[in-house]
Amino acid sequence: MLKVDRIQVGIVLDHIRAGSALRIFEELGLAGREYPVALLMNVPSTKLGTKDIIKVSGALDLDLTKLALLDPGITVNYIEGGRVVRKVKPGLPERVVGLIRCKNPRCITSTESYAPSIFTLVDRKAKRYRCFYCGEHVTV
Amino acid sequence: MDRECNVLEGMPAPRSRHFVDALDLSPEEYQQLFTLAEEIMADPAAFSSSCSGKLMATLFYEPSTRTRLSFEAAMLRLGGRVITVADPRTSSVAKGETLADTIRTVGGYADLIVLRHPKEGAAVLAALYSPVPLINGGDGAHEHPTQTLTDLCTILTYKGRLEGLTVATCGDLKYGRTVHSLIKALARYPGTRFILISPEELRLPEQVKEEVLALREDVELCGTTRMEEGLAEADVLYMTRIQKERFFNEEDYLRLRDFYVLTPERLRLARDDLIVMHPLPRVTEIVPEVDGDKRAVYFQQARLGMFVRMALIARLLGVA
Repeated sequence: MLKVDRIQVGIVLDHIRAGSALRIFEELGLAGREYPVALLMNVPSTKLGTKDIIKVSGALDLDLTKLALLDPGITVNYIEGGRVVRKVKPGLPERVVGLIRCKNPRCITSTESYAPSIFTLVDRKAKRYRCFYCGEHVTV
Repeated sequence: MDRECNVLEGMPAPRSRHFVDALDLSPEEYQQLFTLAEEIMADPAAFSSSCSGKLMATLFYEPSTRTRLSFEAAMLRLGGRVITVADPRTSSVAKGETLADTIRTVGGYADLIVLRHPKEGAAVLAALYSPVPLINGGDGAHEHPTQTLTDLCTILTYKGRLEGLTVATCGDLKYGRTVHSLIKALARYPGTRFILISPEELRLPEQVKEEVLALREDVELCGTTRMEEGLAEADVLYMTRIQKERFFNEEDYLRLRDFYVLTPERLRLARDDLIVMHPLPRVTEIVPEVDGDKRAVYFQQARLGMFVRMALIARLLGVA
């Protein structure tokens, strides 16, 4: 099995659905960062069978607001001094920009493609968001 | 009225006040506009030069007669001037220009923009780019906030209050944007009770109900399919047109079109101090014989719309 060294300070995104780490890597903008990042795919997991993991060394300030939308099963581990100091299950963000498309064919975003898609959370329990432009509700 | 313009980095910071959603104005701001509209009605001459030197652009991407005329009449009565695009097929839109570019360009010519557009949320997007105040003159089936302003002004004028009223809305409650906005705006006043009269197929959408209850938990929403049930108790009867363009088959449209027709006989069931409103144009839902009844105020409603638009224009331009 592949071995990746434990990190001293940073973030480990664990329990990523196998095969979806690449998308998360892109959505979090990790490609443009200077710090070391390890992307592990199809790692054996007792809980999931296989899973993906992303390790980001040297950064604790990543914007992780989109995570719950990309994969609600993810665990975020904050590492300091080589140890996990905090484990977080990310919640749904209040506002999502650029990730959800409005399904309403009459929405202005269907014809003005430059308009950034913006959604605000209206019902956390039902995972329902509202389009900033037309008010259409979508469940994620 | 301050729209959240800087929703993204790189977007313009809010520079203007806009009116794109009926709830952009607080009840207090509504009241200020109604007071101003009343002052204008009482002495129109005193306001006939208020907008002298100001230019309003009306951009109408879909046909409208009364809304455009109402806005233009309002601006002209304030002493301002108007430039207009009433047919987008003859404008740069036909060449594929984006709405954002059109708005930024026109915003360089005019002091105020009125936009009507067939797409829902068009005015929200336009407001993000507009360097001058922008008014939503209707965006698809989404919002028509100056109609709401008109409706509330009419109710206040004839009933003397906006609190504690029983309002019966009748007809197409599913697609009728004026009804959705009206219910949301009125729900903010205490003691409002709604009687929702519609065929099963055209009931008020659950999403709208939820939004109304989020505004005020204790608002009462009673649904019925029988017009007679709502008539006896109502302070206000708000009639709407069943819109042909919403139906796929002619048979359904014809059946529902004649579902609720207000006649003098039916009006006998109503209270003497009821008012009958309609955003116009009407088709068959109110027979012409009702027009002479003192309770029918829909043509006065249209007239009040012009005065309240005058108040809105003056306020957005900062001249009153």
